[in-house]
Amino acid sequence: MQVPAAFEYAKATTVSQTLDLLSQWGEDARVIAGGHSLIPMMKLRLARPTALIDINDVSELSYIRVEGGELRIGALTRHAELLDSALVEEHYRIFRDAERVIADPIVRNRGTVGGSLCQADPAEDLSAAFAAVDASVVIHGPRGSRTVPLTEFHVGPYETVVEAGELLTEVRVPIRPGGGSAYVKVERRVGDWAVAAAGAAIWTDADGSVSRVGIGLAAVGAEHFRAAEAEAFLVGKPATQESFAEAGRIAAEASNPVADQRGPVDYKRHLAGELTVRALRAAAARARGQEA
Amino acid sequence: MQITVTVNGESHTRDVEPRLLLVHFLRNDLGLTGTHWGCDTSNCGVCTVTLDGVPVKSCTVLAVMADGKRVGTVEGLERADGLDPVQQGFVQCHGLQCGFCTPGMMLTARCLLDKNPDPSEQEIREAISGQICRCTGYENIVRSVRWAAEHEAAEAKA
Amino acid sequence: MTVTENATPMGFGRMHRKEDARFVRGKGTYVDDVNLPGMLHGSFLRSPYAHAKIVSIDTSAAEALPGVKAVITGAVLETLSLAWMPTLSYDTQAVLATDKVRFQNQEVAFVVADNHYIARDALELIEVEYEPLPVVADAKQALAEGAPVIRDDKEGKTDNHIFDWSAGDKEKTDAVFASAEVVVAEDILYPRVHPSPLETCGAVADFDKVSGKLTIYSTTQAPHAHRTVYALVAGLPEHKIRVISPDIGGGFGGKVGIYPGYVLAIVGSIVTGKPVKWMEDRNEHLTATAFARDYHMRGEIAATKDGKIRALRVDVLADHGAFNGTAQPTKFPAGFFHIFTGSYDLEAASCNVKGVYTNKAPGGVAYACSFRITEAAYLVERMIDLLAFELKMDPAELRMKNLLQPAQFPYTTPTGWEYDSGDYPKALRLAMDMVGYEKLRVEQAEKLQRGEYMGIGISFFTEGVGAGPRKHMDILGLGMADGAELRVHPTGKAVLRLSVQSQGQGHETTFAQIVAEELGISPDDIDVVHGDTDNTPFGLGTYGSRSTPVSGAATAIVARKVRDRARIVASAMLEVSPDDLEWEKGKFFVKGDPDQAKTIQEIAMAAHSSLELPEGVEGHLDATTVYNPPNLTYPFGAYICVVDVDPATGQVKVRRFIAVDDCGVRINPMIVEGQVHGGLADGIGMALMQLMAFDEDGNHLGASLMDYLLPTSLECPSWELGETVTPSPHHPIGAKGVGESATVGSPAAVVNAVLDALKPFGVRHADMPLTPSNVWRAVQGRPIRTDLAIS
Repeated sequence: MQVPAAFEYAKATTVSQTLDLLSQWGEDARVIAGGHSLIPMMKLRLARPTALIDINDVSELSYIRVEGGELRIGALTRHAELLDSALVEEHYRIFRDAERVIADPIVRNRGTVGGSLCQADPAEDLSAAFAAVDASVVIHGPRGSRTVPLTEFHVGPYETVVEAGELLTEVRVPIRPGGGSAYVKVERRVGDWAVAAAGAAIWTDADGSVSRVGIGLAAVGAEHFRAAEAEAFLVGKPATQESFAEAGRIAAEASNPVADQRGPVDYKRHLAGELTVRALRAAAARARGQEA
Repeated sequence: MQITVTVNGESHTRDVEPRLLLVHFLRNDLGLTGTHWGCDTSNCGVCTVTLDGVPVKSCTVLAVMADGKRVGTVEGLERADGLDPVQQGFVQCHGLQCGFCTPGMMLTARCLLDKNPDPSEQEIREAISGQICRCTGYENIVRSVRWAAEHEAAEAKA
Repeated sequence: MTVTENATPMGFGRMHRKEDARFVRGKGTYVDDVNLPGMLHGSFLRSPYAHAKIVSIDTSAAEALPGVKAVITGAVLETLSLAWMPTLSYDTQAVLATDKVRFQNQEVAFVVADNHYIARDALELIEVEYEPLPVVADAKQALAEGAPVIRDDKEGKTDNHIFDWSAGDKEKTDAVFASAEVVVAEDILYPRVHPSPLETCGAVADFDKVSGKLTIYSTTQAPHAHRTVYALVAGLPEHKIRVISPDIGGGFGGKVGIYPGYVLAIVGSIVTGKPVKWMEDRNEHLTATAFARDYHMRGEIAATKDGKIRALRVDVLADHGAFNGTAQPTKFPAGFFHIFTGSYDLEAASCNVKGVYTNKAPGGVAYACSFRITEAAYLVERMIDLLAFELKMDPAELRMKNLLQPAQFPYTTPTGWEYDSGDYPKALRLAMDMVGYEKLRVEQAEKLQRGEYMGIGISFFTEGVGAGPRKHMDILGLGMADGAELRVHPTGKAVLRLSVQSQGQGHETTFAQIVAEELGISPDDIDVVHGDTDNTPFGLGTYGSRSTPVSGAATAIVARKVRDRARIVASAMLEVSPDDLEWEKGKFFVKGDPDQAKTIQEIAMAAHSSLELPEGVEGHLDATTVYNPPNLTYPFGAYICVVDVDPATGQVKVRRFIAVDDCGVRINPMIVEGQVHGGLADGIGMALMQLMAFDEDGNHLGASLMDYLLPTSLECPSWELGETVTPSPHHPIGAKGVGESATVGSPAAVVNAVLDALKPFGVRHADMPLTPSNVWRAVQGRPIRTDLAIS
């Protein structure tokens, strides 16, 4: 088996202890929770943190609750908990859709919401799902906390605004009743990273026109995992197949995928459009109270 | 560093390097070789054990992370009165061939049945979808878990 | 499927596996579970380049790391004349690279340390200076003008050509093609895949300096063949080598060859005087042990306008990687590929196979391929569907029209195989009835009206398994015949010793059942010993579905020898002539007087007792035999796959899979069905996701299970099995091999189904794996080379 190089290790039980350890150990220390991205990288010796701060026992970061009109999800929430949460399902069905296709059930028992966002893989499903629902994240650091909209969170592939010494602690999603949301993904096989995926959340006015919409895209090089141009186009348009098709066209055009063994650029761009349409259609059906 | 892990109900204290993987702790430090390993990337699932009652892939968990926690392995499945129904199911329905994925599959099955005593075929397939089997084409694993579910239900009635 | 609890048949029939008792308790013993006192751990440094000159290797820092016991390089091995080893195809392979590296992840140095973690740390301290060389990663470029010569270690070698091999009557075939009404041709790729059992390869070598005895526990499907090769390579006397193959976590042909790791574990143990364990990780397993296939085929089929197939012609470019290390009978460099005429009655056929070196890992024959019959079956079954496409005929009807008829057996094919037995139309009809073929075609047409795309794919295969006969088939000069030894203890319990080696096939159960069938001793009372060369008779091992055809026959014959001895002993016991005795499973009785009987247990005791035995009878019942098969056995089957395809995303869902297999007499139907299930999953994997692609620099693009995708429970449907039974006329119990049938037969059914769904788009052919991306590109009419990096 591949095994990691040696490192120092400490188990934190509180956020403040985690921050203390981060400042004590410096920028080569890493926080670890599920570890399903970090440990394989360490085994390949592509990641070589000098120290790991284990936050699995920081129970104050493990929660899903409604507060201040927002769904608040602690960073240590496991994928399985997000998947199984009735509270989340009540407000945003996009998360159950997304979580069902993230990795596999056993990895989901271990992997965390915060870890997935901070890993910032360009194919990360949760980044796209959160982008679609206008989420923001709370980051704690030595100088207190700050809230950053998800649309400003990612700096690039595998890079976020979380700085050395900081810890992502919470994800917040504004609760906006009356909408519908959905997530669709194409993968080569169950458990694989997305070839492409799209999430959508949509709200309509009484006349059937789109009052608010969010579209998140994974694995197609969308800036901040979001199809901003397609969203802008849709607002005020009737929530119809024609509008969705045009939104899909716009999303595909704005996407910037790279070729890899999951597919060539033309295919991924096509999927960006096709899946945008499908996600919008499913979200709109749910907004209307129909199953999709 | 020193850790204490309760494995199959028995407490073990050992001095370990922080980098020691849980699968190696179980296999090499405790001699519990029923837990296998098959990849390095948490894709194959043959290293599945339970950590505080939840299935995890022990190739991607550090032994130090299990400090103070409960770990369950295949060696702990058998009950005082004989094989666990899941183990019996795998024998009855030919749910294994080379036996390499079997410990992990059985642990996942046990956890599934603890949560959902009457899973459908589809629910079983979903539960084991993070674990690869190269021999059985999964069919008989699904039947084995169903066998265990049915026999546990019958046992509970009796 | 479920067997009644505790049911133990006295012979053939469904029976729980005896080996399960240990496996379900986690008490199996795989190689990595072997831990010897004082054992050290070895690990390889491997090449990051696919082709590069080694300028220098500096091991000093690694050697200085506390806990490191030895660092072995090619230069060290050269002093022992061990830097190169023979392959099973009469080529040579570098054990550790000396002059240059020839594929990515080739073995460069071996560290032996106190534990695995230290060994891995030390690898990072070895400094190697490489001088990169131009790379040949694509077989199609291997023979191009100016292509770099990979095997410049071979004297006088100026190109990358390995062999040209042909079969069939080319002249006759060409003549049929010249006069044919319809000719269809297609380039068909069977891409490079890997068997990837869940247990990787490994070994524990323990050299005892005092006795000079080497014990090696290793992941081998062929322990006896390995012992002989070690003796030849290392110059150790063969009686001082003991190969133990304990429980094996799946093999599928990947554990037949000898890998550098086994040799280095041995060298490490000799050098350090301690046992040395080597277990490769998954990345090493995928990138350096035997791959499978990599056949670039050009198929042509000739037929009449009304669909009578007349001839097949095939040209193959075979990528063997950097060393020709295929594991197959020596006289067949393309394995049994020339069985490509499949299950059909043809006038003529011919093929030419050209083997080439590339800067990729060595291998080619692995992954339940029955020595390249996977490639052959895929080729012919695709060609049949292409012909159906061209003729606008139903592919089932086309097959039915051309299948060999029962009266034609034994049948000699245009390329020289003698098929032993079969009723092909019956099997295909059964599969069609099971799936409801005619109704499905109606459903398909209705669905298409609604813009839904479903496909129905058929594959009919014939395999030839059970190599020998030894006259035609050997590996490195070792004839493919296998021994069996049966001892019956005084109390009538027995021990059967076999040369073949289970990797999950359940030999401890099925071979006990064969003895039970022949002798009437319960399988529970028969221990099957295998996987230990000191304790079993010589034989070539388990691969190519040969255990039942060869050792199954040996077992039946050795049991019959025991029975013959028992008859003589019984005649002494009952004081009658042996000819006056009649056998009924488990006992001899006097003809016409069934009460005058002696059970096999009573006879066993008597054979060991003071009873005066007839002249010439030595006592005891034990017997040995060696079985040299007169012919292969020819299992066959009809498979039908039903898929739903989403052309807008390229996603494929396998809805149903029907498999009708005929493997002759079934010893334990439960085990047969299990093996078929596993092979069907392989077919889903190869057809839809498994692939080892390389970029132009020879970088491996499927080097972990994140990228080399194996099917999960959710891609596999609930398999629907059927069976027909046509016994093999030349096998003592009428059985045929079955372990690889489903892997051989199923990929074509899945691919044919997907392409059937894509027919409305005018798609004729697309290569495996039919990933969403490849399906979508096919729909667009722009298919891409699936084995290269996607750009």
